[in-house]
Amino acid sequence: MKLIEKIGLGLFLIGLIAFLTIPFLGTYTLSEELVLENTKDIHRDKMGELLAPMYGQEYGSSFSFMAAYRENFDPYNDEQKSQQAWDQVIWDDYTFPLAKASLESPVRNSPWLFFGLSIGLAALGGFLYNFRQHAEEPAGIKNNGIFHSSMKNRGILGMLTGSLLILFYIVLYWFPAYLVNLVWMVDPISRLLSGGPASQWFLYGLIYTLAILVMGIRMFRKYRGNKYQQLRTASVMFFQTAFAFLIPEILVLLNQPYFDFKNIWPLDYDFFYDYQIDTFLSAGGVGMFMLIWGILLIIVGVPLFTYFFGKRWYCSWVCGCGGLAETVGDPYRQLSDKSVKAWKYERWIIHSVLVLAVVMTVLTIVNYFSGFGLLGNVTNQLHSIYGFAIGSVFAGVVGTGFYPFMGNRVWCRFGCPLAAYLGLVQRFKSRFRITTNGGQCISCGNCSTYCEMGIDVRWYAQRGQEIVRSSCVGCGVCSAVCPRGVLKLENGPEENRINELPIIIGNNSIKIKL
Amino acid sequence: MNQSRHIVIIGNGISGITCARTLRKLDSDVRITVISGESKYFFSRTALMYVYMGHMKFEHTQPYEDHFWDKNRIELKQAWVEKVDFDGKCLIFSEGEKLAYDTLVIATGSKPNQFGWPGEDLKGVQGLYSKQDLEAMEANTREGVSRAVIVGGGLIGIEMAEMLAYKQIPVTFLVREKRFWGNILPREEAELVGRHIREHHIDLRLDTELKEILPDSAGRVRAVITSKGEEIPCQFVGLTAGVSASVDFLRNTELEVNRGVKVDSFFQTNIPDVFSIGDCAEFETAPAPDRKNIEQVWYTGRMHGETLAYNLCKKPVPYRPGVWFNSAKFLDIEYQTYGVVPAGFDPEKVRSFYWEHSSGKICFRMLMDSDGAILGVNNFGFRLRHEFFDKAIRERWSGEKVIAQLQRANFDPEFFAPNYIEIQKAFLAQFGGSFQPARRSFVQKLFGAKV
Repeated sequence: MKLIEKIGLGLFLIGLIAFLTIPFLGTYTLSEELVLENTKDIHRDKMGELLAPMYGQEYGSSFSFMAAYRENFDPYNDEQKSQQAWDQVIWDDYTFPLAKASLESPVRNSPWLFFGLSIGLAALGGFLYNFRQHAEEPAGIKNNGIFHSSMKNRGILGMLTGSLLILFYIVLYWFPAYLVNLVWMVDPISRLLSGGPASQWFLYGLIYTLAILVMGIRMFRKYRGNKYQQLRTASVMFFQTAFAFLIPEILVLLNQPYFDFKNIWPLDYDFFYDYQIDTFLSAGGVGMFMLIWGILLIIVGVPLFTYFFGKRWYCSWVCGCGGLAETVGDPYRQLSDKSVKAWKYERWIIHSVLVLAVVMTVLTIVNYFSGFGLLGNVTNQLHSIYGFAIGSVFAGVVGTGFYPFMGNRVWCRFGCPLAAYLGLVQRFKSRFRITTNGGQCISCGNCSTYCEMGIDVRWYAQRGQEIVRSSCVGCGVCSAVCPRGVLKLENGPEENRINELPIIIGNNSIKIKL
Repeated sequence: MNQSRHIVIIGNGISGITCARTLRKLDSDVRITVISGESKYFFSRTALMYVYMGHMKFEHTQPYEDHFWDKNRIELKQAWVEKVDFDGKCLIFSEGEKLAYDTLVIATGSKPNQFGWPGEDLKGVQGLYSKQDLEAMEANTREGVSRAVIVGGGLIGIEMAEMLAYKQIPVTFLVREKRFWGNILPREEAELVGRHIREHHIDLRLDTELKEILPDSAGRVRAVITSKGEEIPCQFVGLTAGVSASVDFLRNTELEVNRGVKVDSFFQTNIPDVFSIGDCAEFETAPAPDRKNIEQVWYTGRMHGETLAYNLCKKPVPYRPGVWFNSAKFLDIEYQTYGVVPAGFDPEKVRSFYWEHSSGKICFRMLMDSDGAILGVNNFGFRLRHEFFDKAIRERWSGEKVIAQLQRANFDPEFFAPNYIEIQKAFLAQFGGSFQPARRSFVQKLFGAKV
């Protein structure tokens, strides 16, 4: 390892340790004012009464603060629930805003300093580690040692990384109150961009974007000499930074709805939720444009672009989940399961999620237009189930946390309903395919090994069959790693695109369809 | 077809396995057994280097999942065949066990050449062909190797050099020819590869042969002596001076064996119901004017396998290979060839067009006969379409027509530099022609794809 890489790695680790330490800093002191400020009108009196014993008490950690909160709050809710007084139950979770407001810590006082020490150092270290990779080598395939690596082949480092990611997602989704230090730390950045305070989602979005940028640089280095990989990486870096991160924040600054113009239903599963529709309809021309834009992407954009280019136009060029998978997740792409069995599970699961998303959305829309007369609050229940099981557990915890265990496209392959929709178009009505170059395949297996979607590319290549698979995200890595120049991503006429009985050229004795 | 007919294939390489799979495709009743001592399951020999370098695990080199063989009722037996009782139609394994056959297919492949060099059997000296060779190489290079010497400038030699480079073991590469792979590649291509080898800090010694391998007191290699009298200290020697048929267990039997098992164009040996395919088979007459009597590449092995399977199930047809093609990768530079491009050619009879990129790492050669019809192409550092050249060469297109349509032959990924435009310009400058070079597309201009 070169000196600069060592320095980079060192800085990254310092940043990471700082990031993991920061949540434990500071003290928490609740007051009546803070409770009144951070609770809804209807809950104010009750919350003020319930939490009164905590006022003025200084708690030394988020754990003791949360314990006290639960001690005072939970019995009330439990009581109401046991009496089935559902309308008395306080369903809102006030732990995050109250913990955030109660915090007294050096991080809150000097957010930039701590930001620099944690995320800043980690990003800088990552950059230093990446930006000169392979500088002394000619351009080429840089897969040396991947299966000898603890990080990339499910060794201790991989397990540790996966566990950390899973832990982070669990805390982020269900226990954000423990992250308030980190949220305060990025507060100034949020105020700079949107004018508003930071939430845990802003923190997440910021880390997510930086991770894609830093690891995108790694992609540029790794695939030096491969223009397709470079452009596609630049594209996901751009769409994440501009469309997913900056534009929505700036929209908020301009008093417009928060909106990611490249997020498409049903991946964006709450697009048709009643509160979203209300937001669009109440935001004048801009809101109407967002609504129409979103619908046009679904009914025109997806089929049209997928017809011409395959689903790759979205999955490996635009999508944020794809962006993370293709940059941060790239070191783990070889861990996807290539078995026929996995493929079978994949088809069942991903299409089930699609059906679930469609059914839920149709019910929501019908319910909305019937003025909630049809199903009442049932759709809300559906939303929370979907949001928990699919939106949080599947897409987040499993989708990213499982990178080091099952490869970088677990969510995209098994779970994403938009990928399922794009895939159906790609399979049945598209000009996209991966062409195999006549009889040149030597069955080496690089293509299959490095397919993040677990497609057994070699199965097709060695029999001279063009690869038409709904799951293919067109990352182009099979083509890159092929040592014999056999694979090429192509858009072409639909005729003969799907041929189950190909003939390998080169043998004039016989023509056997295998 | 007789239901009880038992076809036994010795060898589970690409020839034997293709034969077995094709047999099953054509006949759902025949009993098929594939025997290999090397490994139970078929794997891609060409991928062994990637296992060593950590690109893949061994299981990734297996093109079919384990359940595939059961499902297709192809019986696999892992055992070494000691000898064949041709009269009794029965195999005898090294463990003493026997297996009866009705039809026997010998597809035992090759083994690395040894030319009787002094010290060639020392510890730390080996070839690279089998799974066992890979395991030996992993053991031999695990530690204590401060330099390795590779003998023989072919495709396995360069693979071995790349493998050792992964372990950061300095390599001295002894090549008998004056240029790398000089008996196959024309001068410019061979020099291009030679430059790239040196770019990877491999000590390439052309025009140099191995004379002797010297042992240390423990019977391990400590140095080699070259034909130039130089002693090179090393702890590992890779012998990669070609391969020869692995048929020792068949010699001195009633089966006719020369360099390989002698077969006619139907893969029939001198004994009824015994056939041989792949690189252990030696044709009485070469299958085509541009072919050798022993065909040693992956693709020919596959064609042998499918043709023999057809012959065993249907009306026998002679083996007739089509237009020659091959490919390889020299470190980072990919190579493909279609048709006939020999290392040396008579400039009186053959016209050669050669283009090389200023980087010195991409090139294209096309040979034409005296009428200007295409004979073959070599391309390095970029990819060309097999189907295009198979057709062009079969139909004897003029060189000009081939170059005029070169854009269609391009197989590089999208956004890559359009080398074909420069090739077209160079061809027009050298040979003239009535076509216009292709223009960069809008997308190519937009993303700055240029040569």
